[in-house]
Amino acid sequence: MIATHLPALQVVIPLLAAPICAMLRRGSHAWAWATVVSWTMPVIAVAILLQVLEGGTISYWIGSWEPPWGIEYRIDTANAFVLVLVSAIGAVVMPYARASLEREMPADRQVWYYTMYLLCLTGLLGMAATGDAFNVFVFMEIASLSSYVLIALGRDRRALVAAYQYLIVGTIGATFYVIGVGFLYVMTGTLNIADLAERLPLVENQRPVFVGLAFLTVGLSLKLALFPLHFWLPGAYAHAPSVATAFLAASATKVAIYLMLRFFFTVFGASYPLADLAIPALWIALSLAAIVLASITAIYENDVKRMLAFSSVAQIGYITLGIGLNSEAGLTGSIVHLFNHGLMKGALFLLVGGIAYSTGAVTVDRIAGLARRMPLTFAGLVIGGMSMVGVPGTVGFVSKWYLVLAAVERGWWWLAVLIVASSVLALVYMGRLVEAAYFRPAPASSAGDQEMPLSMLVPAWVLVGACVYFGLDTGLTAEVAAQAARGLLGTP
Amino acid sequence: MAGAVAHFGNWVTVILMVIGLYVVLARGNLIKKLIGLSIFQTSVYLLYVGPGKILGGTPPIIAEGFTVYANPLPHVLILTAIVVGVATLALGLALVVRIHEAYGTIEEDEVLGREGDS
Repeated sequence: MIATHLPALQVVIPLLAAPICAMLRRGSHAWAWATVVSWTMPVIAVAILLQVLEGGTISYWIGSWEPPWGIEYRIDTANAFVLVLVSAIGAVVMPYARASLEREMPADRQVWYYTMYLLCLTGLLGMAATGDAFNVFVFMEIASLSSYVLIALGRDRRALVAAYQYLIVGTIGATFYVIGVGFLYVMTGTLNIADLAERLPLVENQRPVFVGLAFLTVGLSLKLALFPLHFWLPGAYAHAPSVATAFLAASATKVAIYLMLRFFFTVFGASYPLADLAIPALWIALSLAAIVLASITAIYENDVKRMLAFSSVAQIGYITLGIGLNSEAGLTGSIVHLFNHGLMKGALFLLVGGIAYSTGAVTVDRIAGLARRMPLTFAGLVIGGMSMVGVPGTVGFVSKWYLVLAAVERGWWWLAVLIVASSVLALVYMGRLVEAAYFRPAPASSAGDQEMPLSMLVPAWVLVGACVYFGLDTGLTAEVAAQAARGLLGTP
Repeated sequence: MAGAVAHFGNWVTVILMVIGLYVVLARGNLIKKLIGLSIFQTSVYLLYVGPGKILGGTPPIIAEGFTVYANPLPHVLILTAIVVGVATLALGLALVVRIHEAYGTIEEDEVLGREGDS
């Protein structure tokens, strides 16, 4: 009975939990409540994924209104996988949040942090679950507005400016998206994504459809921080509270990428082959620019959070590269890297947040010699860094393997070489951290620094462990990603 | 005639859209940027509501003698979008108040100039 309502519960539970959370007066109560809610989310998401793997696409009619009149939640392998990622990251960061936030913000603000976090979770899960293009916009704004608040709650006054800039850019992105949907709606008279895919061939090659596609692409590219539309991301990630950075870095851009996949392949793919629109070439060019330029910027960055933020822009480049390759192997690489990058960037930001717990600001100079005082933290950082480089046995290797495979399949050897060679850049910026922490002498001022509390260390290491586990046992992630890719491409 | 009226709506939409976006990009005052953002969002309301109106159409209530109905769905969608716009503007203004408290100015270049000495 309840199993049939899982898609709705996935979104409704955190939505209803948020106002209750706002009414709790103490930070610790709000934390306990938000943790319980966050922990039910992956249970539901995994149950949905199993249902989808077993019985195919789920179509849930909100209020029993038949689509395309009512809003439909339509879940296939691709968005079930994204639901699992987002809800799992949400569940892992919650135990971490308590100690980290107690250090980073006054008690009276913590309640608001947890409330906004639950709303943000609602928005992200809703964007992934829904099958209605306008409903996506509503959830996108729920997620965005709450994430602006999460960022503004950072302890530094620069967080306010970062949040304001993100608000301007994020709103322009969401508005571009809604303009694009408006054009499609005017042309087809429907907002249901599956219905759109069926009706678009009827208005083939008309200018408003292309204008709509252009607006959608730019709007979502702003949201997913595709180079050169990534300028909002480093500031937002650097100044947000540590735990918010880890959560948003691992989930928010990933959901936007999922939407891009959905529109490119499910909605337009059937009737407008992407290759005819020169989209793949453009995306490969922008992705390579992201990988190379953002990595180089990361190498010269002294603030570790900003370094990891630029590294995120570069890693998003790998994901969009897979979209540009426009083949089953390429999309598999994209989707598997979407998941894997969520794991490793989540792990790295949690570990850096743990260093910030003790040191305040985290710069390359400040962490000199700290590996001796925080052995577990930096051991995790080394493994996460290896994953970022793509060392075999970590998740980073699995993603790059599929991307190289897809490039070779096309006969583009130069691209395969570039993908492998670009790993060196990641090696350089992660290597700088390791070099500073392990091989430089510790200044006397760092004598008081010590390992973060266990409640923060365990969640961080769970993600580090996941980086290795899914790197060795690729059966689960790669299989599911391949099935999701087939679903998006419409091949059996 | 009907065509000209329809195009008039589209022109207004596009002009508002470009004015809004220009103000966001060109102005350094944080409040003025938000005003631009609101104008930009308002243009989208027109983009949706405009095509929903059919000249000579009535509200979609089945009655004798009426065969042409206007589409009510865009209005409902835009009610939602207006709420989103109001929330965005409120949050944006709240952030500007906090920025003013923390930096003592709401000019973007002055704020960025003072970031270094925080």
